[in-house]
Amino acid sequence: MNSVVLNEKDISRAITRITHEILEKNKGAENVAIVGIRTRGVTLAKRIHKKINEIEGIEVDFGILDITLYRDDLAIGKQNPIVEKTHLPFHLEGKQVILIDDVLFTGRTIRAAIDALIDFGRPATVQLGVLIDRGHRELPIRPDYVGKNIPTAKTNRVQVRMLEDDSMDEVCIIDSSNSMDK
Amino acid sequence: MTVLIKNGTVIDPANNINTAKDILIIKGIIKSIEPPGKLDTVNLNNPQIIDAKGCIVCPGLIDMHVHFREPGFEYKETIESGCQSAAAGGFTSVAVMPNTNPVNDNRSVTELILSLAKSKGGIKVHPIGAITQGLAGKRLSEMADLRDAGAIAFSDDGCPVMNSELMRRAFEYSKMFNLPLIQHSEMLDLTEGGCMNEGAVSTELGLKGMPTEAEDIMVYRDIALLEKTGGRLHVAHISSGNSVDLVRHAKAKGLPVTCEVAPHHFTLTDEAVRGYDTNTKMSPPLRSNKDIEKIKEGLKDGTIDIIATDHAPHDITDKQVEYQNACFGIVGLETALPLFLKLVDEKILSMSDAIRKLTATPAQIFNLDAGNLSIGKEADVLIFNPDIKYSIDVSKFHSKSKNSPFDGWKVKGKVFHTLARGKIVYTDPDL
Amino acid sequence: MIIPKNILGTKGLSKEEIVTILDSAEAFKEISTREIKKVPTLRGRTIINLFFEPSTRTRTSFEIAGKRLSADVINISGSTSSTVKGENLIDMALNLEAMNPDLMIIRHSHSGVAEMLSKFIKCPIINAGDGHHEHPTQALLDLYTIREAIGDLHGLNVTIVGDITHSRVVRSNIYAMKTMGINVTLVGPPTMIPLGIENMGVHVSYSLEDAVLDADVIMMLRLQTERQNEFLLPSIREYSNLFCLTTKILKRSKDDVLIIHPGPVNRGIEITLDVMKSDKSFILNQVTNGVAIRMALMYLLLGGNNDSLN
Repeated sequence: MNSVVLNEKDISRAITRITHEILEKNKGAENVAIVGIRTRGVTLAKRIHKKINEIEGIEVDFGILDITLYRDDLAIGKQNPIVEKTHLPFHLEGKQVILIDDVLFTGRTIRAAIDALIDFGRPATVQLGVLIDRGHRELPIRPDYVGKNIPTAKTNRVQVRMLEDDSMDEVCIIDSSNSMDK
Repeated sequence: MTVLIKNGTVIDPANNINTAKDILIIKGIIKSIEPPGKLDTVNLNNPQIIDAKGCIVCPGLIDMHVHFREPGFEYKETIESGCQSAAAGGFTSVAVMPNTNPVNDNRSVTELILSLAKSKGGIKVHPIGAITQGLAGKRLSEMADLRDAGAIAFSDDGCPVMNSELMRRAFEYSKMFNLPLIQHSEMLDLTEGGCMNEGAVSTELGLKGMPTEAEDIMVYRDIALLEKTGGRLHVAHISSGNSVDLVRHAKAKGLPVTCEVAPHHFTLTDEAVRGYDTNTKMSPPLRSNKDIEKIKEGLKDGTIDIIATDHAPHDITDKQVEYQNACFGIVGLETALPLFLKLVDEKILSMSDAIRKLTATPAQIFNLDAGNLSIGKEADVLIFNPDIKYSIDVSKFHSKSKNSPFDGWKVKGKVFHTLARGKIVYTDPDL
Repeated sequence: MIIPKNILGTKGLSKEEIVTILDSAEAFKEISTREIKKVPTLRGRTIINLFFEPSTRTRTSFEIAGKRLSADVINISGSTSSTVKGENLIDMALNLEAMNPDLMIIRHSHSGVAEMLSKFIKCPIINAGDGHHEHPTQALLDLYTIREAIGDLHGLNVTIVGDITHSRVVRSNIYAMKTMGINVTLVGPPTMIPLGIENMGVHVSYSLEDAVLDADVIMMLRLQTERQNEFLLPSIREYSNLFCLTTKILKRSKDDVLIIHPGPVNRGIEITLDVMKSDKSFILNQVTNGVAIRMALMYLLLGGNNDSLN
């Protein structure tokens, strides 16, 4: 059974709010860098990046992280996922790095993302923005910016669809007690 | 001791017999052969009766090309284990090649082989003496002495006689004894470093090839020498289609040339080398389909006189290595029967002709008192069922070595009993 | 998509598998451009570099690839001349396997050794070159280099020049290139073109001048100078006169032709220094890409639970 928890307008409003919160907390866009985590996190990050430009009129640094190589569950899976490029075309030193992902769940992806980021340099701060926080953390990780908190059962699946990737904007919960991802 | 073989089909090409007969053997000698039920068994004292129903009863097979490795390489094979392997394959006479250590190039080694064969062999073992001392290709060995000791032919098998002058003299010298020279025909300068047939497969596998020309050139050289000097040439394990043509041509001229083929050379092609199984490495190497076609033609028209296995046992330590470094050769005695029966199935040879190439003809070429079921002769008899299907299992081989590319092959035709000098030397354990 | 347990050759690799390997290598190439050129992916994994034939470039490339993935890489060099009996070889491999490595990289001067060892040991194997048979990682890095420089591989014309007979690089490239839809022309003296090579779906030419005309890529092979002693060549000088890639010959080829060489280069024998240094030469890119390809293969082979792949 699927239930839609955010529609296109909800997502747009959440992105706008998160962008404002980022600018407020960092006192503007100076030294802010937006880094999306593959795959949906990148799409979200691009929208936030664009929004900052609309609001502040400046192009902040933008990067893409593929965290596959930092995952802690590589040996468990049957076949390794395909690795894609990480793209961080700026120096991290002194930057307020905002990591963006679609769903925050156990926190393991974010742990891997922070590890990956640190290999590239020493940012001033690392902050975390997510569209959905669904709980069930397994690591001490807390988001700085949240689109919506959604209480879920562990067996639920949260599906984020983005126009750019999936031809529509929508977040829904899928009740599939035999699926464990996200 | 009396043995009665009943209910079988007797095929004895030497005597033109191919019909249902019973055979009576008394004290190792064939006493009588009569139509079924016609033998007078009233006065027999407790005969051993072998029921050969559904089986072919023929002379014990003769293999003119085996390596029993003793003396010198007893870890690969001994005369005792080789003879057991031969018996299990239906062979009652074998000729052993001289590339032992020491080489059989002198009377004492020949005598040793014969004495070991007598005490431990069970079947008949005929030593082949070396053409040159130490197989070194430098000086003729003492052929007269070897002949007197019991050598039935001469060969430097494995070490072809490269020096043409020496080969010419060998033909001349051997004329005194009227014994054949058996040549492993291979121009070594064309095959140096090679380990399989040269062709598309060797190219793909990145292995150095051994071209068929290496065989053809030496076969032709020997025929050319022979034409002038006289003597007798027996071409060992022919593998090249062109060489078959050369032999056919020489025979048409009336030259005293004979030749043999090994079962693997009409069964497998160089495609078998893919996967680098070192049990596909032998010399001459497995050739192409084209060569196999020519060989089958040669078998059919009589150009190829006999089938010989080139039984070449090698220990796993000599085979479980890089393909390039592996020893050449495979064991053949215990797989020969089903492989030559395939020729009968394919209608290349009649059953009688196939048996002839393993009995009467080799006996004739090498002047052996064997290869027939004539009354009054020693009873060397093979009883086999041509229809039984089974899988070849190298672990059950009687040979000390298991180097066969035919492991796991599903084949047809099984040895049930082998009798040598009237004594049962092998019985199929599944009977 | 299941990557095979062992990479013994490019023969049998599907187009899909090759594309996955090349795509993955792109991501791994980026790692080598970082200041900290290391990811923790294969932390705690052990890779043994078992080289029975001297090699600097390939061995180092594998070693660097493993280390950039945080694996422990052990280099072992064996000499083949002292081990004529290969039982030592199998015993050696079994002994090494008893120490639980996760991957063995094997190079040997005899064809078929990697395949043979794969029948005795359970741990995954990458063939780093066996005799004159295959050298799959070299072919994959060549394809990567070509794809990176040109784009679509399908329909390209590649001319390979030199001692075809004794080249494992050629065989691996032929298999991989034919799978990717590339037209392959082999050039060399007939003494160095083995019998029946046309069966692998390639064209053969004896003229370098003709064979460069349509080529999108020219791959020059190293001439093993000791081959003069095997009746294959009258002299290095004459070989060079006929088959050395010079500026003059290059004028006959397309303007944007790509020049590659598996190395190490004999300067002035198969390729002149000015051609080697020209902007058409991608020889050093090949070396860089070699690390990425090997990282990708290590990642794909060691990914996850290998039992599920058997």
